[in-house]
Amino acid sequence: MATQTWSAVPGNRRRVGRQVVLPFGKSVEIAYKSLRVRFFRSLITTLSLVLAVSFFSYNAVGNDIADGLLASGRPEIRQRLIRAGYDIQGDALRVERGGKQRWILVLSLLVCTVGILNAQLMAVTERFREIGTMKCLGALDRFVLRLFLLEAAMMGFVGSAAGAVIGALFALAAGVLRFGTAALACLPFAETALSLLSAAGIGLALSLLGVLYPAWVAARMLPVEAMRVET
Amino acid sequence: MNPEPSPPPGETAHVVRVSGVTKVFRLGKMEVQALKGIDLRIARGEYLSIMGPSGSGKSTLFNMIGGLDKPTSGKVFIDEVDIAQLDAYELAWLRCRKIGYIFQTFNIIPVMTALENVTLPMIFAGMNSDAAVQKGLRLLEQVGLGDRHSHKPSELSGGQQQRVAIARALANDPAIILADEPTGNLDLTTGEEIIQLLKRLSAERRVTVISATHDFKMLNVSDRVVWIRDGRIDRIEDREQLSITIGRIGTRT
Repeated sequence: MATQTWSAVPGNRRRVGRQVVLPFGKSVEIAYKSLRVRFFRSLITTLSLVLAVSFFSYNAVGNDIADGLLASGRPEIRQRLIRAGYDIQGDALRVERGGKQRWILVLSLLVCTVGILNAQLMAVTERFREIGTMKCLGALDRFVLRLFLLEAAMMGFVGSAAGAVIGALFALAAGVLRFGTAALACLPFAETALSLLSAAGIGLALSLLGVLYPAWVAARMLPVEAMRVET
Repeated sequence: MNPEPSPPPGETAHVVRVSGVTKVFRLGKMEVQALKGIDLRIARGEYLSIMGPSGSGKSTLFNMIGGLDKPTSGKVFIDEVDIAQLDAYELAWLRCRKIGYIFQTFNIIPVMTALENVTLPMIFAGMNSDAAVQKGLRLLEQVGLGDRHSHKPSELSGGQQQRVAIARALANDPAIILADEPTGNLDLTTGEEIIQLLKRLSAERRVTVISATHDFKMLNVSDRVVWIRDGRIDRIEDREQLSITIGRIGTRT
């Protein structure tokens, strides 16, 4: 290997580019390990996502339960739903999704994204030397970008799945407490599944959105940073 | 065990050539001339120390040679290739295959074991996992850490971490090892051990070792010492000259 010769002629560029690699499987392994080693930190970053997604999921599944109950067509349940604060127009068979509720949801998701952005920027600052070292070992910008995106995707996946399930469980518990077992009996499964999926999907997307800028900062870091002595 | 590249006849054996390099840093409105014209040729297999007080431009020169910084004017050639001409891919390739870096602060990647640290550059170089593990174990053995390959950096002493760093720097059989104050964070005996290890490996593998340092222990093993002062080469001393002047080396910086 030491006998390799090389030259900077343009024709060689493509070949040289392919000679520095980080296989996808290996990236996943590194990203996973770095999450596991910083378990507590990753957990806290993930927690804000879990909270926001479970709030979203609680609301969505709560609406699904109310829809299910409405669809059962029993008038006394309709009265109880209205008393419980659900917005039901005339004799509609669906609960109205109010603008206020939507705003609160959007806001909670926004706060969550900013939280992730903040945590990830901190993580990048903490890992300056590590990133610089990787670059000195020959890592390309996109390896670093990929590692950060993979970490965020893993946290996003676990966090939003957990959040979606937790939110749904709370919504179901609340439904049973308020309306009895009818809440479960009338539950529209397809809609609920869709709510869970969309909650998880939104969570994953927000997690990736929050890491985009920090990952970009990390990827563009100069390898000379690895030489900095102060810790 | 390591295939030695014998330079084709007629080719100059200079692995590094620095020609008329200057560097100007802009700090606000002030201009600082860190380097004021450096010319230097480093032969293959040489053990070279760059000495100088802090602020002398030593680190700047060192970063130029390592392709970590670009000169304001002048050129740096590595294996007769002007590194200012390289794009991002080629620079990464250069760092991966041609140069091994050793840092004052060791810079072992904290989330990885010793072995994983050593194999990482080989993975970047496209080596398959099994071969990389085999070679990594062998390298760790050569630096005297054969039994500690599965330890995390936090479980290793400073000297051991620096040994891992040396094994990692050798992973892709580089032509050059750049060591930035490799003994700066180590005690006297450990520093001495690290210097001896570097010297032995550079002799065995005919790797060019370039270190920026102000550790006088480094002088005994260096083939040449380049003294930098105020952004210029103050003087270059060979080993023979060094042994003459060694009595008064301690009194100057």
